[in-house]
Amino acid sequence: MLILTCPYCGVTSEETEFHGGGEAHLKREGPGSDDQAFEGYLFHRENPYGVHFERWRHVYGCGKWFHAARDTQTLEVFGTYSAQVTTPPEDLLAVIRDKRPGWQWRDLA
Amino acid sequence: MSTRLNTGGHRIDRSAPVTFSFNGKTLKGYRGDTLASALLANDQMMLGRSFKYHRPRGLVASGAEEPNALLGVGEDGRFEPNQRATTQEVFNGLVSTSQNHWPSLEFDIGEINSKLSRFFPAGFYYKTFMWPRSFWKHVFEPVIRQSAGLGKAPQDADADTYEHYYHFCDVLVIGGGIAGLAAALAAASGGAKVTLLEQGPMLGGRTLVDEDPALAAEIAGMVATLQAMENVRILTRCMGAGVYDHGYVLGYERLTDHLDAKDGPRHRLWRIRAGQVVTATGAIERPLSFAGNDVPGVMLASAVRDYLVDYGVSVGDRTVVVTNNDDAYLTAIKLVEAGLTVPAILDAREGGAGALGTLAEAKGIRVLKGHGIAKVKGRKRVTGVAVCRQTGEGAVTEEIACDAVAMSGGWSPVVHLWSHCGGKLLWDTDQAMFRPDATRPPRGSDGEAFVRVAGIANGVMDLDAVLDDAVAQGLAAAQAVGQAGTTPADLPALTARDDRPTEPVWLMPASAKRDLRAKAWLDYQNDVKVTDVQLAAQEGYESVEHAKRYTTLGMATDQGKLSNINGLAILSGALDTPIPQVGTTTFRPPYTPISMGSIAGEARGETFQPLRRTPMHAWHEANGAVFEPVGHWRRPYTYLRAGEDKHAAVEREIIQTRNALGLLDASTLGKLIVKGPDAGRFMDMMYTNMMSNLKPGKCRYGLMCSENGFLMDDGVVAKWDEDTYLCHTTTGGADRIHAHMEEWLQTEWWDWDVWVVNATEQYGQIAVVGPQARTVLEKLGATGVSNEDFPFMTFQDHVLAGIQARVYRISFSGELSYEIAVPAGQALALWQALLDAGAEFNVMPYGTEALHVMRAEKGFIMIGDETDGTVIPQDLGLNWAISKKKEDFIGKRAQLRDDMARPDRWKLVGLETLNGSTLPDGAYAVAAGTNANGQRNVEGRVTSTYHSPTLRRGIAMGLVLNGPDRMGETIQFNKVDGTTIPTKIVDPVFYDKEGTKNV
Ligand SMILES: [Zn+2]
Repeated sequence: MLILTCPYCGVTSEETEFHGGGEAHLKREGPGSDDQAFEGYLFHRENPYGVHFERWRHVYGCGKWFHAARDTQTLEVFGTYSAQVTTPPEDLLAVIRDKRPGWQWRDLA
Repeated sequence: MSTRLNTGGHRIDRSAPVTFSFNGKTLKGYRGDTLASALLANDQMMLGRSFKYHRPRGLVASGAEEPNALLGVGEDGRFEPNQRATTQEVFNGLVSTSQNHWPSLEFDIGEINSKLSRFFPAGFYYKTFMWPRSFWKHVFEPVIRQSAGLGKAPQDADADTYEHYYHFCDVLVIGGGIAGLAAALAAASGGAKVTLLEQGPMLGGRTLVDEDPALAAEIAGMVATLQAMENVRILTRCMGAGVYDHGYVLGYERLTDHLDAKDGPRHRLWRIRAGQVVTATGAIERPLSFAGNDVPGVMLASAVRDYLVDYGVSVGDRTVVVTNNDDAYLTAIKLVEAGLTVPAILDAREGGAGALGTLAEAKGIRVLKGHGIAKVKGRKRVTGVAVCRQTGEGAVTEEIACDAVAMSGGWSPVVHLWSHCGGKLLWDTDQAMFRPDATRPPRGSDGEAFVRVAGIANGVMDLDAVLDDAVAQGLAAAQAVGQAGTTPADLPALTARDDRPTEPVWLMPASAKRDLRAKAWLDYQNDVKVTDVQLAAQEGYESVEHAKRYTTLGMATDQGKLSNINGLAILSGALDTPIPQVGTTTFRPPYTPISMGSIAGEARGETFQPLRRTPMHAWHEANGAVFEPVGHWRRPYTYLRAGEDKHAAVEREIIQTRNALGLLDASTLGKLIVKGPDAGRFMDMMYTNMMSNLKPGKCRYGLMCSENGFLMDDGVVAKWDEDTYLCHTTTGGADRIHAHMEEWLQTEWWDWDVWVVNATEQYGQIAVVGPQARTVLEKLGATGVSNEDFPFMTFQDHVLAGIQARVYRISFSGELSYEIAVPAGQALALWQALLDAGAEFNVMPYGTEALHVMRAEKGFIMIGDETDGTVIPQDLGLNWAISKKKEDFIGKRAQLRDDMARPDRWKLVGLETLNGSTLPDGAYAVAAGTNANGQRNVEGRVTSTYHSPTLRRGIAMGLVLNGPDRMGETIQFNKVDGTTIPTKIVDPVFYDKEGTKNV
């Protein structure tokens, strides 16, 4: 059972207080998108054994969605950050580069 | 025979006799006995029958690793099967029974399975399915049924209570042996908050059995020091059950299992968050694999020693010791010192033992080096052993009469808790054991190790090194939580024994022939033999995880605590692959089974899940309501009157509503308020229809789809003012749709100025339905509510019976209908006022079933009936509710996919059986021919079906291939008896197509 810190209310809490929401930073494909792009948006997901970016909601707390950068192998949590961004913050990426040289996630490295 | 000696037994209190029973016999024990030691003291060696072959089985071990001695304990509401006799303490009145035998423990008919063991090889269950069907039904199924499962399920509700505790500490030490005590002292020395868990009732561990009795005082001193520290908490009878992510640990405390009086909670589950965990869980002795190693009387050497020293119980009068290491010599020495006979120590090693060997021989014990057991003699009890050279095929060199065998195949560190959360192991070739690999530990949220292993559990077997290791691990744990301490003073001085190394012996004798291997058990509880694992390897099961499932090795409730390494080594030998390359199976929590009650804790009965009740709930209860669960709500299904069944009640409610007046408690419907400058824009994305152009004061029926395009909810939207919308959702959908809206608002359109509030419980809502609805509203004070002044799909505020109300003129029944929303606290008063005002029309409250029938009569869809997560609005003929003007809404892109536009999608129609009967729910329409699997082709299915009291016939809706184009056609719906029902495809609106009633 993971421990996460909600970046909105600052509470550090048990996983049971949160709800996982799958992969982070999906780009919505609406009408006008081609079939391949739409299929990727709806169905294709990263499944790394290592660095991963996820969406979580502090569902039994402040109710806010946020992002978490986590290692799915060691369960290390590199950090949590706002849901209102389309890419992870640069200072967090620096932490990950430092701790996991050579990591890659989509087009981030 | 096994018996209680006149002296010894530091765990028992001879001044406190205890009376208990086994299979109806009344027996005596002492306070401090386990059920196992007390049964042995009464010469009860055989305690059960094995799972598959029903072979007689007795105790093998003295602790949590015991595979055989599983008993039913307790009676009625306190009966529990599969309790380990070795960890259950005796108390006055304890009732125990043996398991897995018929008709009796002594004579068991299933033992015939043992004679047929050639026909029950590895993978028997899988292979049997391949055999002719008739064999399955008449031969194998009865056998499997007879042997399926150990023990009997309790018949009565659990009479005990259970509870959860939440606990936080800096360092959690698991294991109260000398290593755990030392680690706790070190960890606590700098002020860290330390908690220590010990699964048994006593602290001190094996040291109290194996070492100089004078050490007991020093251990008591360590315990006293810990107990005096304010930052230390010690819990005995509390097992570290599982280690999980980020320092989460479950402790399983048995509060009353050992007491005569069962007051208070029986078990307490400790939900612990620890900064650091130190496991000091010791090691478990391994059995040796020789023929007949399962005959009652064959026991682990350490267990024989435990029963002698801890409980003053001798397992036998003449005990042969067989070993591949020095430690078992200690058993022989202690037996002889207690006045018992050890005819021989059989040491598989040519070189024999070190200092303990010298001591044993000095005590006159005969030591046969390079020897082992070819075969154990006896069936329900050991009568002797046939001795052989370890290196040979089992040629018997001599026979020795004995009534017990103490075996030792070496020791395996208890690495379970280390492994639960991903800690990796390495194979220590010198010591022939898996031990924790400290470079690959379980890691916390900060990426640092949070589990450390201390002492023997860490593979540190030399006694003098154990304390050093424990102190180092305790200090490191304290350091990691920022509470660095110092090495504790006054630790006992321990000296290492001068042991010669353990030599791996995976099979005894090394080249045992098949008849011997086929009687050499690896997994006692699941009856897996050496030959089974070898057969699995021969048949291609090379992965240890596959071989495990194929043979069921280690899959019993003991999770292979005794069998794991031996089975692995046999597999490794059969595959000619080194043990580390074969690998281990995964250790999973809990360490030993914990009670279901402890997992549930207080969450049982009414507290299992809180119910949601509407403001009128008590009225419903008092007026004959039969409730049904809808989400967490309880809604009246119907209201029974004297002499009525449910069917009659539903029909009465419908007829009265259609003819005069009915009331529905609609409070459970979801009510989400969407507000803000961008609310209209947001509503247009959420719903398939255009919502932004709705005029204040008006209502519109709306559909919501997922991004996949599938219909997920529906309901009436009311525009309260220019930037405020009230969204009605389905009863079950309110929380889900609220979360759906929040997700899109927070994660996609976070720059839109919109707020969403779930106001479902703020309002009570009552539907007033039927031709007299308007009259009743007027009676309660409403004015200007004519069809022209207050038209359909609008809302108005009125004061009704003195209550400020918002009245929505909407209808889910086809009748003239008003849904009245008032603050929840006033809903019951309004309900009562409506009942009073409607009395002259014989007003009747109606339930969900009447609601369902009336909506089906009107052809209205119901989320969850007409939809199942694969249905799009277009399938239901709801194209009119999908905006063509909007560029985008959630689900729009998905509905443009080929599959969504496919012309042969099943579409909604009404269905009328030719004979007027009611179609079975979920029935399929059969078509000509068969599919690729040889099943009949189908062309549609029933989604809703009812008997309509209004039309006096069965009506149904369904999804049918090209349905809307086939009006009037007769198709066939199947019944479970194989016959079909001719059914006509009709318009889904069965009642008042012209809408003449809603005026
Ligand atoms: Zn929060």
